[in-house]
Amino acid sequence: MTEASEDESQKHAQEKQSSHKCSKLRSWLFSTDHKVIAFQYIITGMLMAVIGGYMAYVFRMQLAFPGEEVPGFGWVSPGNYNALVTNHGTIMIFWVAMPILLAGFGNFLIPLMIGCDDMVFPRLNRLSFQIFFISALVIIASLHVAGGGFGGAWTAYPPLSTNPDYNLTPLGAVLWVVAVALEFVAFLIGGINFVTTTMNARAPGMGMMRIPLVVWMIVIASILFMVSVGPLIAGAVMLLSDQLAGTAFYDPTNGGDPLLWQHLFWFFGHPEVYVVLLPAMGVVAEIIPVFARKKFFGYKAALYVTIATGVLSFFVWAHHQFVSGIDPRMAHLFTVTTLLISVPIAELCFLFIATLFGGSIEFRTPMLWAIAFLVEFLLGGVTGIYLGSSGSDIYFHDTYFVVAHFHYTFFPIAIIGMFAGITHWFPKAFGRHLNEKWGKIHFWGTIIPFNFIFIPMFFLGLGGQHRRIFDYRHFPELALNDLQDLRILATVATCVLIAFQIPFVINFFRSMRKGKEAGENPWNATTLEWSTSSPPPHGNWETLPTVHRGPYEYGIPEVKEDYLPQHIETPQTSNG
Amino acid sequence: MSETYHPPLATSRKSAGLPTARLGTWWVVASEVVIFGGLVVSFVMYRMRHGEIWADQASHTKLYAGALNTFVLLTSSYFAVCAHKAAEVGDGKKAANLLVRTILLGGVFLCVKAYEYTSEILAGYGPKADLFWSFYYTATGLHGFHVVAGMVIMGFVAKDAAKGKFLHRVECIGIYWHFVDIVWIFLFPLFYIASGL
Repeated sequence: MTEASEDESQKHAQEKQSSHKCSKLRSWLFSTDHKVIAFQYIITGMLMAVIGGYMAYVFRMQLAFPGEEVPGFGWVSPGNYNALVTNHGTIMIFWVAMPILLAGFGNFLIPLMIGCDDMVFPRLNRLSFQIFFISALVIIASLHVAGGGFGGAWTAYPPLSTNPDYNLTPLGAVLWVVAVALEFVAFLIGGINFVTTTMNARAPGMGMMRIPLVVWMIVIASILFMVSVGPLIAGAVMLLSDQLAGTAFYDPTNGGDPLLWQHLFWFFGHPEVYVVLLPAMGVVAEIIPVFARKKFFGYKAALYVTIATGVLSFFVWAHHQFVSGIDPRMAHLFTVTTLLISVPIAELCFLFIATLFGGSIEFRTPMLWAIAFLVEFLLGGVTGIYLGSSGSDIYFHDTYFVVAHFHYTFFPIAIIGMFAGITHWFPKAFGRHLNEKWGKIHFWGTIIPFNFIFIPMFFLGLGGQHRRIFDYRHFPELALNDLQDLRILATVATCVLIAFQIPFVINFFRSMRKGKEAGENPWNATTLEWSTSSPPPHGNWETLPTVHRGPYEYGIPEVKEDYLPQHIETPQTSNG
Repeated sequence: MSETYHPPLATSRKSAGLPTARLGTWWVVASEVVIFGGLVVSFVMYRMRHGEIWADQASHTKLYAGALNTFVLLTSSYFAVCAHKAAEVGDGKKAANLLVRTILLGGVFLCVKAYEYTSEILAGYGPKADLFWSFYYTATGLHGFHVVAGMVIMGFVAKDAAKGKFLHRVECIGIYWHFVDIVWIFLFPLFYIASGL
């Protein structure tokens, strides 16, 4: 041990002794410990998922059985419908996917995986969660103000979003923008923390090429977020002043241009897809080597294609605007970049498959989720080709084909990726195993209905069903029985999917107390978080670890076990 | 909680070879650059579209007040640099003193700005007079907000520095202050000088 690290461990011991002298709840609520903050993010995210899921249930019921009362909600008005659809999208992306995948997993994994005791700015970390929590309260409040929640779609295109005469929600629209802006601030602070921590607080020996992929991907996602969100914050300031002060940034009658918002929104909106995709990809990249007992195939390639994806993601935004009247020459350009970006992402999927190839695969619940991610996301990616080509997009634009496409990307990202991560790191977080049988029931009960929801939507979209329509009975050519049957199928599947989340919740809380003891390293994995006790203590380790090798050393001939953790010094002294 | 708070060990590590605080500040600056970047790019796009009309509007901004403010801000940055230099050699008192001068000049900047706003609005060029003015008030207002934030933070840093505590923060707030300066260096030509384009 070097002199510096001895000095470090002394300071580490001192830091751990300084215990918090507050009441338990208070110290939990105001903790600066990265693990506690991670739980806070994940719990908040999951509660918001309940709200978002409830919204999906209500508007799906309205679409399948229009004009009838929805059990648990009542009669749905067109205004309600718009608010539900808008806030379902907003909440699921900004208050479910982001906090769980980026902030939750980022907070939990980064310090544990790079071998340090906490984030470099623990109090900023806490502030970030507090701002996020307030933003969640604001978005919930916006649903209950006079006029109801904002109903101008999650993209908030002006003039629908700027003019209360059009959106009929003078307060809801403003609160919506405020909530989203607060949420951005929270994740900016959080992202700065993630990037700085990973750059500066790595354990001795943790070189750039020894950082686990999920950490890399969360960091790259944070940087993408940081770089892309700025223009939208500026755009949100302009939107707010259009709403409140009556300026004309987006009002063409007074010299403004509504297209400006679309550019600012999608300049953020498209990288945002990768902001949530990359952490999910990272989670899968961690799980696959563990349950295939094989070294990750092409670590550096994975890293470089991730960076390439990140860079390319800034040059594809206008593919959301092919029908907004943009110059056809520009549409050509963006078609090319959009099709290009599928190359690095496909490469990443191939690397996952290559890692699986020839491994001794064990189908535990996390692995099932990881493989489901690959399969379902592939469908989402392939259907994206049709939408990314400007020619075909003119026909598909704003139909349910688009809805099905982005749910085939976002559902694997936000839901499958989330469950993969939770089932994989649950033993680390709580020291106990989840129940395998119920985990598998939950898995199949989620995956099968998911396909039954969204595959019909592809056909509905091809049948010409337009998005954002409250009641299809008003459109004779869309009110046909064969289309309505598909809608009912999707709605029934939605209800089944929601019902199958109950086993997960019960399993989660039961296993937290009564699950099988997991021990330090239940999966025989190699990364650093498995080298401390489960759950890790405040300060994470007794003595902070030193890193000796890359993150995915499985099946090395010199050692007895089939894995060699990052913190074990030499293969000879390895005792698992 | 703050009385029992001890920074974790992670804070003192330097795997990237830079002090953590400075690194974090640079990332803050990076994220701010894109915020102002988005605003400035939007303005430039509109400006190109509205050429003549906006040039006419821009000629109503107070060039001399803007020039004075540029001078004031640059001088304040000079003091921020001197404060950093003093903090480097451990002279907290001197650093605090110099930071107070920076804050005062920030105050002068805001006073000039307030005078400008008042006289523009009285002359009929309020935020709703024309889209140019909407941009003017949004951009300079957002910048002014950053000046205020910088002054407040600098106040805390100076208070600690006077007691010889957290001297490394003098440099960080300096980096931020220079950034606020540079934003103005972009806004000044865009809104004040470029009236003849």
